[in-house]
This record gives sequence, C-alpha cells and structure tokens, in this order.
Amino acid sequence: MTHVAEASHPETAAKHGPLLKVEAIHSYYGKSHILHGVSLEVGRGEVVGLLGRNGVGKSTTLKAIAGLVHPSRGRVLFEGETVNGVPPHRLARAGISYVPEDRRIFPLLTVTENLRTGLDRRGVTASRKKELLEKAYGYFPVLSERRNQAGGTLSGGEQQMLAIARAMMLEPKIILLDEPTEGLMPRMVSQIRQIIDVLYRESVAVLLVEQNVPLTLAASRRVYFLEKGEVRHHAMASELRADDDVIHRYLGV
Amino acid sequence: MELLHAIPFDQILIQTLNGLVSGMILALVASGLTLIFGIMDVVNFAHGEFLMLGAYIAVFTVLATHSFWLALIVASLGTGVIGALVYLTTLRPLLGRDPLTTILATFGLSLVLQNYALWQFGPVARKIPEPFGGSITLFYLDYPLYRLLIAALSAAIIGGFWLFLKFGTWGIWIRATTQDRVMAQAMGIPVPWVLAGVFAVGSAMAGASGVLFGPLVGVDHAMGFDWILRAFIVVVVGGMGSLGGSVLAAIFISLLEAYASLWVSPAQAGIASFIVLILTLLFRPTGLFVATPK
Amino acid sequence: MRDRQPIVFWTGFAIVLALLIIAPLVLPTFWGRFLTEILIWGLLAMSSDILIGYTGMVSFGHSAFFGLGMYGAAFALLATRPPSLWAALAAGLVAAAAVAAFVAYFSTRLRDIYFAITTLIFSQIFYIVIFTWTELTGGENGLTFSRPALAIPGLFSLRFTPMTLHWFVLAIVIVSYLLLRRITQSPFGMVLQSIRENEARTRAIGYSIERYKIVAVMLSGLFAGLAGVLYALQNQFAAPNFVFFVLSGEVVIYNVIGGIGTLVGPVVGAAFFLLLREGLSRFFTEYYLIPVGLMFIAIVIFMPQGLLGFARRWLNR
Repeated sequence: MTHVAEASHPETAAKHGPLLKVEAIHSYYGKSHILHGVSLEVGRGEVVGLLGRNGVGKSTTLKAIAGLVHPSRGRVLFEGETVNGVPPHRLARAGISYVPEDRRIFPLLTVTENLRTGLDRRGVTASRKKELLEKAYGYFPVLSERRNQAGGTLSGGEQQMLAIARAMMLEPKIILLDEPTEGLMPRMVSQIRQIIDVLYRESVAVLLVEQNVPLTLAASRRVYFLEKGEVRHHAMASELRADDDVIHRYLGV
Repeated sequence: MELLHAIPFDQILIQTLNGLVSGMILALVASGLTLIFGIMDVVNFAHGEFLMLGAYIAVFTVLATHSFWLALIVASLGTGVIGALVYLTTLRPLLGRDPLTTILATFGLSLVLQNYALWQFGPVARKIPEPFGGSITLFYLDYPLYRLLIAALSAAIIGGFWLFLKFGTWGIWIRATTQDRVMAQAMGIPVPWVLAGVFAVGSAMAGASGVLFGPLVGVDHAMGFDWILRAFIVVVVGGMGSLGGSVLAAIFISLLEAYASLWVSPAQAGIASFIVLILTLLFRPTGLFVATPK
Repeated sequence: MRDRQPIVFWTGFAIVLALLIIAPLVLPTFWGRFLTEILIWGLLAMSSDILIGYTGMVSFGHSAFFGLGMYGAAFALLATRPPSLWAALAAGLVAAAAVAAFVAYFSTRLRDIYFAITTLIFSQIFYIVIFTWTELTGGENGLTFSRPALAIPGLFSLRFTPMTLHWFVLAIVIVSYLLLRRITQSPFGMVLQSIRENEARTRAIGYSIERYKIVAVMLSGLFAGLAGVLYALQNQFAAPNFVFFVLSGEVVIYNVIGGIGTLVGPVVGAAFFLLLREGLSRFFTEYYLIPVGLMFIAIVIFMPQGLLGFARRWLNR
C-alpha cells in the first residue's frame, strides 16, 4: 500500500494532474434536483474535506464518484480519464474505495471474510493477501480479536473500523469516507483521526465528508463547503482554523 | 383403536424412505430456487422447466452414449448454460423494475419452454434408464438401490455447494452480494457476473434433479409444473434464501406427503404441502425452519 | 382537450356497443358464438385487471373464482326444476364470493410473489378437490346440464337462442364494465391505484391496506365468478380443467398483452389472444403458445403498457 514512491515519480506526477476531478456534476433523485453542478478536486495522497449541513448532497457526491449514482450532467475524472458510467466494481478495482455513511459491512460474513471481499482481485498474490490482512489487523487490533465473529455482531465503532479496513484492502488510490464519526462515541473520534493519518502516511488520498468540523479541519489540507447541491466555498484548512466566521456561515454551528 | 391395527408398518417404512428420497430431490430443486431468490429477489417461474430440460437433455445423451453419468454432467452443464442465456436476455433487463414484471416474464418463459418441449419431443413420455438396478434389503424389505443413490447424490450436490459457499472466493462473493449488492460492487466484486453465475448454477441444479428424478417417472414436457409448485412451498416454508431451511422443509414436506398418500390418493396427498404453506404464511411467514423470526 | 375526452370515449363506446349488438345478426353461427365467448373471457380478464392493473397484485387464482362460479351455476341448474337462471346466477356468485373471501383472508397480507404463488396454490387445491370429489362434481368428466330459460316465474319465459343469449351476455358484460369503470374511478379505485404505486406510502398516510386488498379480491372474484356463470350458460357444461392453474395464466396473458390498468385493454387482449389461437391453430395446432409466449415476454420487457397502452401513446402523438 505504498504509493509514495509512485507519487514522487516525476512522470506520474506530471501526467495526470489531480487524482480525482469532479466537473460540474448534476444529479437527480426522481424529480428532485440534488446536485446542481458540483466541482471539486483531490490530489494524489491529499486529504480533502467536504463540509455541509444535512441533506445538501454530500453523500450523493461521494456516490457519484464511486459510480453508484450516475450524474445526469458533468464529468467525473479519475487519473485524467472520464469514468462516468463505469460500473462501480471496476472503479473499485481501479482504486476508488467507498466507505458509506451507515458502514454497511456484510453482517453475516466474519470479520476476515469481510476483509477478504476486498482482497480477491486479479494480480494479488496469496502472500500479498496475507500481508494486507496482517497489516489490517496491525492497524486495528480490535478486529484481530474478533476475526471469526460475524460482522453484524460488532459494535458501531468496531463496524466503522471494519468498514475502513475493508476499504483499505482494495489498496485504493483514494478512499471516500462518508461521515465516519457519525454515531460514534467521542473517544472514537480520535481513533478515526489516527486512521486518517495512517491513510495519509500510506499515500492514500482521502475525501472526507463530515459534520464534525474540528476533526475535518485538523485532518484535511483543503476543505470544500457544500450548500444546496453546490460548492459555495473552498479554502485551505489552515486558513479556516483561524477563521470561525466561514464555519458559522455555512454550517450554522 | 381399529386404526392402530390398520397401520401398515412396512408401508410406513417404505413411505419414509420414499419421502426421504423425493425430499432430497425436492431439496435440490428448491436450493436452486432459493439461491436465486436470495441473491436477486427473483422467483423463477420457469425453474421447473429447467428441470424438464435437464431430463430431456439426459434422454438424448443416454441414447447417444449409453452413459447415465455422462448424461448427468452434460444435462447439468447444458441447463446451466441455458440458464445463463435466459438470465442475460430476459431477466437482466428487468432487474431494477417492479417485481411483478419478473414474475410475468418467467411465467411467459415457462409457457414457451413447455410448449417448445411439447413441439419438439411430442406428448409421449420418454424414459431415462436407471444406471443400475438392484435393491437393498432393509429389515425385511427390498428397496431399490437407485433411489437411495439419488438421495445420496442430491445430498452430495447440496453439501458440496454449501461448502463452496462457505469457503472459496466465489462463495464469499455470492454471500456478500446476497447480503448487500451495492456494497459488494463497491468492494470490487463483479456483481453482474455473480448474478449470472448464480442463476446458471441454480438452473444447473434444477437440471441435475431432472436427470436424477427422470428414471423414476417418465420424462415429459409438463413434468416441471408439479416440482415448481412444491419447490415454491419449500422455499417459503424453509425461509427465502436459506439453503439449510430448504433442505429441512423439503424433507418435512415430502415425508408428510408420503405418509398422507397411505390414506388418500397421491393427488390429494399433495394438498398436505399446500396446507403447510398456508399455516406457515399465517403464523411464521419468514419460514418454519428459520431460527428466529426476523 | 380534456373536455373532449368523455365525448370521444362515449362515442367510441356507443359505436362498439352497436357493432356488438348487430354482430350475431350478420356473422355466421360459429363466429357469433366465438364473439360471445370473447365477451365472457373479456369479463374474466376485466375482473383480473382489478387486481393486476389497479391494485398491483398478480393473481394466478382466477381460475378458482371462474371455476367455482361455473360449478355453482351448474349445481343450481341441476337442482332446480325447471332450471332457474336466477338461481344459477345467485349460486355462482355466492360460490365465487365465498372462494374469494377465503383466498382473500389468507393471501392479502402477502406481497407480490407470495401472493401470486398462494393464489396459484389455492387454484390447485380447488382443482384437486373438484377433480377427486367425483360424486359431487362428476370428477374428470364434469357436469352437463340444460340451459335455463330467461324467465320471471309467473310472468314470462323465453328460451334462449344463440342470438338472444349473446345479447344477454353482452348486456351483463356491458353493465359489469360500466360498474367496474365507475368503481375504478371512484375514491376507492384511487386508493387501490395508490397501493399499486407505493404501498408503504399509502399505509403511512393511514389507509388500511389489508382491508382494501380484501375488497379488491372479493370484487375481482365476484366478476370472475359471473364470467363463470355465463360460460356455464353458454356451453352447458362445467369441467375441472377450467379450475386448473393454466386458465389463470391465460387470463394474466390477456391482461398483459392488452394493457393492464385499463379495463378495456384486457378485453382487447382476450380478443387478440383468442383470435390468434383460432388463427394459429389452423397451422400450428397446439403449439401456438410458443409464439404467443414469446410475444408475451417481449411485451413484458418492452411494452409494459400492453397493446392498448402502446396504441394510446401512438395515437396521442
């Protein structure tokens, strides 16, 4: 899972520009117009936050990137190529990993089996699979204890760990995290923070959708603000940490 | 209690065996159906016709090669392929839509297949010869060996498949897709292939049961209907999507029917399974053999 | 445009009605009888449309309602001296209603596929019972009886000719159609359609889904039974194969081909299917179901509104 070497390769860095580029996508749910032309970018190995109130379209944006929702207009570009309409399972294998809002681990599969769903890909040797599994257990010791337990029997926090670990098994280039701290106890929030740091160290880009502002500001490099299906503001996290007004304006917090 | 003297114990023994044998075949048929339902919410009305097609393929394979075992393999594979084709052409376009449409489409398919068989093979029943004769002596009765073999083979196929689901990569893919199709896709599982594959396997199971059952009765174009009806009942009573439940329910229902036919005609004995279905739907709609009602 | 619609509809209706009235006068006997049969199957298809088209419940149990209506009429005609038309109607309707109530009680809590299978199974239960209870129902051979006269005891008695029978059937079918049309356009009908569109939402609004479904099944069963009575009157026999599930299947085919949810569509579907069968059977004998089945599948996939819906859209261009 080390893309550091790849990212610093001059050829790769120059070839594609941002890892992920979303260009003015529109999306409908029945007759509701959810996304009104959302545009954003995530660079290789970058942690980017997406903040906004409930119902503004944050989850829909992630789903559009993951291929689970088809934008009616606009483009999603991954590594320079348009990926609109590519089936989600191919996007997953290409390097886009999605962790949904309600975790959605496979309840009747064991922890190990859950992790294995991400491991069985072409080109992954048996030893590499073992390596990745051990790595996951290393980062998430609680999962190691519960290896053979059914996913549905885990606590909320443990399921969140499993969901993220499972996403990491895909060896992704970008992980889309949808409100990872929702419903978790406060002390788990710092664990999530640590996980995001791990991802950063592994040079995995992160697009973090959250309602937890401090976490987002601390973990991200840049932050977008979404309001009513549109990107209303975009700033460096460092600036925002010093400026409360913007936060209040877009989140009413 | 005149009834006590009237109970024919040796007949009960035979009926128990018959019930177990047909129960295992029913379990095989129902397994395919419940697997397909579990993973894609489709009840294949034409499932019985796959059984029938498997039987016919076996008829002709045996005529050509004189090998029952080869016929079993060819028929299973053949029905699997036909199943995959049916899925790709008829069912995949309908997946997102109203469940009404898949019921109707597979119903139409069963009509087409039945009448096609009638057209091509005629109304006279064909025969698949038993691979071997002989009987085994249990207590003081002779029971045909072949029937016991069918039960054993069906159990083996189901058991083998269960193991496949438990271990194996494809097994995990199938189970994951059954539990959460969207997240399975998000995890890189090639869900469209998994769905087609499961449909093919389910159909192949039906085809295999047609071959196994063939020597016991004649092979004709309408043989599928009875099976599909009872297979539906088994799937509901056993719990939709539950492999183990289907097996238990199949045996339960077959034994019930077998015992009932000691006193009433076989046609009327069939009502026994209908009654079980109605009772299940009234009191335990998620399935009689499901551990806890969901 | 909206104001013109009722006028267009009633004009069309009047024309079709006139044609149907004149028909037995101009058609040869065979086709006259055929037309009467089309009307009867059309009524059966309409009754099924209440469930499939308006409430969104696919029923494979209509053969039970139809068959029991037929046998009910048969019993009445064998029991009464002279055979009484009204007794036949009453008995047939009561029998069908009883079956419908029975089926409704058990199956309306079930959704889609469970409902479809359960109705199918009920059909089969009735089939087996009728088939094996030979003393009562004549078993495989069924029952034969003579046609009653159109009579009001004490006032008059008219023997039916094929022509007058046709008009009698036509009258009943037309009245049934108008009644059903009224019902589907009433608030009750609206609720049914809402159930078809989104059951959960309808329940959330506060409607008791089960109760509406039960009434829908009963209504559907009643008119199906009526069709059974008419069939008994026309053909003077009752047989178990009419209770067998295949009949229910054919009814569903009429509905889908003609266009569900339109009442008229299923009648068109029935006519289409029966004419096709008559035509194809000259060439294909029994195998006409293959092209019909393929057509059926194609319509389900590509033309879910059926022929009528397709024609309607084509006309509206």
